[in-house]
Amino acid sequence: MKVLKLKKHNLNEYLDSLRIWGEIFGPVRQGEKYIYGHLDNLDKLDLKMVRTILPVKKFLVPPKFNTFTFDKHNYKAELQNIPRRIVFGVHPCEIHGLLILDKFFMEKFPDPFYQERRRKTAILGLSCVPDDKCFAKSTNTHYVESGFDLAFNDLEEFYLVWVGSSLGDDLVRLRLDLFDEDIKEKDLRRYMEWRTWRDSQYKLKLDLTAMPDIMELNYNSPLWKELGDKDLACGACSMVCPTCPCYNMHDRLNPIGNAGERQRSWDSCMFKPFALVAGGHNFRENRSQRVRLWYTHKLKAFITEFGKAACVGCGRCIDTCPVDINVKTVVQALKGEK
Amino acid sequence: MVNNIYQPEPMRIVRRYDLIEDVRFFQVRPIEMERALQLDYLPGQFMMVSLSGVGEAPFSISSTPSRPGLLEFGVRKTGVLTEELFKLKENEIIGVRGPFGNGFPIEKFEKRDLIIVVGGLGAVPLRSLLLYTLDNRDHFGKIYFLYGAKKPSEMLFLRQFMELKQRDDLNSFLTVDKDDTGTWTEHTGVVTNLFKHLKDVNPKNTYATVCGPPVMYKFVIDEIIKLGIPKHQILMTLERRMHCGVGKCGHCVIGSIYTCMDGPVFSYWDVLHMKDLI
Repeated sequence: MKVLKLKKHNLNEYLDSLRIWGEIFGPVRQGEKYIYGHLDNLDKLDLKMVRTILPVKKFLVPPKFNTFTFDKHNYKAELQNIPRRIVFGVHPCEIHGLLILDKFFMEKFPDPFYQERRRKTAILGLSCVPDDKCFAKSTNTHYVESGFDLAFNDLEEFYLVWVGSSLGDDLVRLRLDLFDEDIKEKDLRRYMEWRTWRDSQYKLKLDLTAMPDIMELNYNSPLWKELGDKDLACGACSMVCPTCPCYNMHDRLNPIGNAGERQRSWDSCMFKPFALVAGGHNFRENRSQRVRLWYTHKLKAFITEFGKAACVGCGRCIDTCPVDINVKTVVQALKGEK
Repeated sequence: MVNNIYQPEPMRIVRRYDLIEDVRFFQVRPIEMERALQLDYLPGQFMMVSLSGVGEAPFSISSTPSRPGLLEFGVRKTGVLTEELFKLKENEIIGVRGPFGNGFPIEKFEKRDLIIVVGGLGAVPLRSLLLYTLDNRDHFGKIYFLYGAKKPSEMLFLRQFMELKQRDDLNSFLTVDKDDTGTWTEHTGVVTNLFKHLKDVNPKNTYATVCGPPVMYKFVIDEIIKLGIPKHQILMTLERRMHCGVGKCGHCVIGSIYTCMDGPVFSYWDVLHMKDLI
């Protein structure tokens, strides 16, 4: 991988230059929180962001979109008009989230709707410093080697910029004049010092490696009933999780009834009708069953299927759940650490 | 050409008739002959059937791949999509995509004996397997077919199964809980009662396949276990809510697996080791 240097004060100018490739999004403030907002004006860019409300998955797996338009019998896939977008400021944990979604959507039966959006979305990563809800160090997602086009590491006066793909290379070439290819020994030392300091900042430690066995052994634990009673089945955890991809499907007809759209929208296994079948039987009627499944799938199933847990330690569930049911509280309870 | 796995393929309804009340037989074929002849699948697999403007749902394949060109389904009218499907007539077009799912491990059945146990609507997917084995008779040992329904008017494909009874190379037993016609010539009682008619079962060389209402599984499996058939040789086909058929939408997830990819055919061993399967 190629590494370049970009002076801090050149960042905005550089990002402005990228507009010819696509629309730029990045962390902006929204009330007390942050989101990936449209950077029509780079003054909005707020690099103090630790986490956004919704993860970067919202660009690749939109909350609601058309897969097909149809008239009587012809279905036309909606793959032509997907706009090119650049998302700047994506933290390593989130890029790991994308790597997990890549495996999920593209390994078996590749999903063209995800594939096309992934292709058309440039990911510009940004280094970060954890807060008390981040545990990316425990999930080993605090550094990332692939899945991005460019990755910026903030070292006060300058950024070290890793080029992660051929698109990243093209994006650098748009303003090669702003980049310095001559990385000095002291720059690298600075980077290593930063790494050591930053790694020491993780307060929350959560080891997920034993979770498959622990989940298996705790299948009948009274904890699930306890959690089920507290849980609101609001599904917010699914919405904010970088790796929750479940969706519902819905056909919409135009008012005349001769054409329409097939839509996908975000769904959550926490919702009551998720496992409801025609005829009325619900395979997960109780909230306790649904909470148990959410965690089983996230912390056990993914390991069986893909080799690593689907949790990237981003802390969104900890930040979002109104009743404090999240990866931290559940794992600690299952391990008897509560 | 990009092959979009979500793209429904237009197929024409070429035949439809009621099997029993609220359950209808549909025979469909791809519009183009070339495509019709290319159709291939395994017994035990399913197709995602689309009605534009209504939605999409999974249906077990009831036809056998050994009779190419057509796809057959047995559909119960029980929800939004099936309600609309029942309004369609011959020659109308539906969208179909697939086949999906793991299907029965036919290659493992080679030279083995088979016990096919059906309850109620379970006849739909297991008919595919039964017809397939009969069409390829030399590849299999003894074949037993056991079918239990509540009453004669609730038995699917009754006429076809009565015809098959006359074959020498098939041991077929049909039973109803109760005969309300007065003209039923076959057995009465629950399907587990039919097990006493199975002679000389060689358990290590036998595969049992089961499909029926949830309440049936426990009792039937008990009988099969009593015969000494190994757990991994007892297979059943399960159903769940599905919106994609390819392991993406998440609705068919049971614990750590996707019914549409790791199933819908599972063994009894799977059932014991994975929670919440049946």
